[in-house]
Amino acid sequence: MSSKTINIIVKIWRQNGPHAKGSFEDHALKDISTGSSFLEMLDVMNEALANKGIEPIAFDHDCREGICGMCGAVVNGTAHGPEKETTLCQLHMRSFKDGDTIIIEPFRATGFPVVKDLIVDRSALDRIIQAGGFVSVNSGSPQDANSILIPQHIAEQAMDAAACIGCGACAAACPNAAPMLFIGAKISQLALLPQGQHEAKTRAVNMVSCMDENGFGNCGNERVCENVCPKGISIRHIARMNREYLKGSFFRDE
Amino acid sequence: MSWFIQTCRSSLGKKYIMALTGFLLGGFLLVHTIGNSTIFWGREAFNAYAHHLHSLGIFVPIFEIGLYSIFFIHVITGVLLWLQNRKARGPQKYEVQTNPGGRTWGSQTMIYTGATIFVFILIHLANFHFVEKTEVLTISDIVTKVLNNPGFTLIYIIGMSVLALHISHGFWSLLQTFGINDPQYNAPIRVVTWAVAAIMITVFVLITLLLVVSQNQLLG
Ligand code: SF4
Ligand code: FES
Repeated sequence: MSSKTINIIVKIWRQNGPHAKGSFEDHALKDISTGSSFLEMLDVMNEALANKGIEPIAFDHDCREGICGMCGAVVNGTAHGPEKETTLCQLHMRSFKDGDTIIIEPFRATGFPVVKDLIVDRSALDRIIQAGGFVSVNSGSPQDANSILIPQHIAEQAMDAAACIGCGACAAACPNAAPMLFIGAKISQLALLPQGQHEAKTRAVNMVSCMDENGFGNCGNERVCENVCPKGISIRHIARMNREYLKGSFFRDE
Repeated sequence: MSWFIQTCRSSLGKKYIMALTGFLLGGFLLVHTIGNSTIFWGREAFNAYAHHLHSLGIFVPIFEIGLYSIFFIHVITGVLLWLQNRKARGPQKYEVQTNPGGRTWGSQTMIYTGATIFVFILIHLANFHFVEKTEVLTISDIVTKVLNNPGFTLIYIIGMSVLALHISHGFWSLLQTFGINDPQYNAPIRVVTWAVAAIMITVFVLITLLLVVSQNQLLG
């Protein structure tokens, strides 16, 4: 594919620290290759800033291949930018036109306080995982794989849920700032498989109460999350979480 | 009991409360629609229906207290959720507000349509419930009088439209909250939930319009 170049104006959020007051800053960028990724465009901008003696924009990234969940920002009002099922690192500049103004903001939510510029603290998601996103298995010698039977369609659904990379875009985009799609995906992934079923009920209750403690909102079934999720996770997993939580609250068997 | 309180206070618990009370209020609305349709058969039928309801005696106040409680639980929980969600969203709004998909008119306006319906129901109760009904001035006379006032005609039509918007999201949403979501049924569920809302509201609007065009329907 032939690569051309575009000139753009980047309007980007600048915030010095968690308690500092932030504001937008404009930068005109020339000759950005449409073949470059969004993060590469930010790299180019940062290099130019550094050369001018200005502090570069801080942003999170790691794998740059859409699997780690580190990257993420809200681009022109959409978490991870305009392309469906695409992380910010996999977004390419060919999605933009010459002369475009691109507005870049950090993920915003009370549960995701800004650390600096575009970097937000998403450790709340780690705490939610610690509250129940695991299976307690005593390790021993592996048993024969065929001794645990899992129908193909169940395995498929569990794999769909397991595709969640924990980026937090669902909570950032949610009108109520609820990471329900994230929790729903984690709960589904484990509740669908035999190894995770034993702890399914307590897991749902513990993860949801951890979510509440971390200042997130309540799901209003707005469905924005499934529309921004870079892994295309469906709210059907939120429905499964709702069922697991009902069972966990009302039929504990304890 | 502590588990019960804990569940009710959690975010999901509050959603279950909204869903359950919403479902019960919807059920009441359905019965109310069916009952009110007797108006299409004229004054006698409508008055007879009202009379029949009142002859239930002690069950009437018991039912009313139950209904008011469900209603207030729905309203209070809804306001609590709204406040919590505003807080969770944080003071700094996004510079660009978009809808990447998913949100509907109904889902975006739940708290506002809810507040409007609240005011509408107060007006509605003042019109028909807390008024003196006598042998001479029956419920059908009152209904005809109120709905023939152009101001009230408008208020009732607006009230009904707003209610339709509220239910267009609410009915589907409560099913999702109870975990009823399966690709096999999702399309029919969406259609049925919209259709139920549309049918109920159409009946109410038709009643209002009927009384505007044909005053004699209830004067008989
Ligand atoms: S559910 Fe999707 S949007 Fe939410 S954290 Fe997982 S991958 Fe990101
Ligand atoms: S940097 Fe790893 S998913 Fe984008």
